[in-house]
Amino acid sequence: MSKTILHKANQRGHANHGWLNSFHTFSFGGYYNPQAMNFGVLRVLNDDTVSGGMGFGRHPHDNMEIISIPLDGDLEHQDSMGNTAIIRKGDIQAMSAGTGIYHSEKNAHENQQVKFLQIWIYPNQKNVEPRYDQLTLNLNDRHNRLQQVLSPNKDDEGIWIYQNAWFHMGKFDKGVATNYTIKGGKNNGVYAFVLNGDISINQQQLNTRDGFGIWGVDELNITADSDAEFLLMEVPMIF
Amino acid sequence: MNEKVKILAIGRNKEILETVVRLINANDAWEGKGAITDKEAVQAFDHEVFDLILLCNGISSESEENLRAYFLAHRPATKIIQHYGGGSGLLTAEIYEALAV
Repeated sequence: MSKTILHKANQRGHANHGWLNSFHTFSFGGYYNPQAMNFGVLRVLNDDTVSGGMGFGRHPHDNMEIISIPLDGDLEHQDSMGNTAIIRKGDIQAMSAGTGIYHSEKNAHENQQVKFLQIWIYPNQKNVEPRYDQLTLNLNDRHNRLQQVLSPNKDDEGIWIYQNAWFHMGKFDKGVATNYTIKGGKNNGVYAFVLNGDISINQQQLNTRDGFGIWGVDELNITADSDAEFLLMEVPMIF
Repeated sequence: MNEKVKILAIGRNKEILETVVRLINANDAWEGKGAITDKEAVQAFDHEVFDLILLCNGISSESEENLRAYFLAHRPATKIIQHYGGGSGLLTAEIYEALAV
């Protein structure tokens, strides 16, 4: 039997720090909502806007898979493993924090905002050796079809993480429909996040920045009710 | 004035552990201490009563098993949770969740 949870965009936690304007789907930082702690192993879904020239200074992480997806503008990454990189719209970045990592993420430009999704997934292995990876995706590969951008498998399409999770992105024209089949078995659910536009998933209507979790199903039926962009995150519900 | 909630954080990475303890102590209602080794953790546990123990990064399965067994054998009501993320993002919610149970 299928179960669902709906997080409307305007019901999310919100923190405006001036340099950082962040909407939290799940409890994060100073936002604590016992009813919004996680969706399975998906623990953080932050919708961040960082002012020009600003960013997150050097800070630590451990035992978490951290995925960043720029939506507009460029992010400058530095970490304690010696990586320095720019991630842009169309890229995806993953860090396995494992035994411990320090990093900073800053807006690469002085005069424009950067918007990005910050996603944290509980890992399926603790205390792994920290790792960093980023990948440039072909944006055309998500036009009217689902583009896999993340998986558990090193040799599969997209980036990989230490978890039985698959992410797909779609940029659909109005009226286009598709099905998504659960990949990881009956313990997995899917959390959909609408980047812009309107879509329906198994008859649930969703609008810009709405989130919708569904589990206990084998397949999703997705229809674009307007031109729309969205992210599907399939994750284990039990961990 | 209410007594502060006492929290013992155990983790192998000194810098991250110091960050976690600093963040705990930033909350006026909480008092945090850190322990890097199992020996330090047991000494701290024997010295004072903690309301909550956070298992942070780098603790092997064997150490975790031994520490949990020791803590629960001596004070069965001790709350022990895994802290994930190593910083400010989840810490507050994790502590609130643990204390609410």
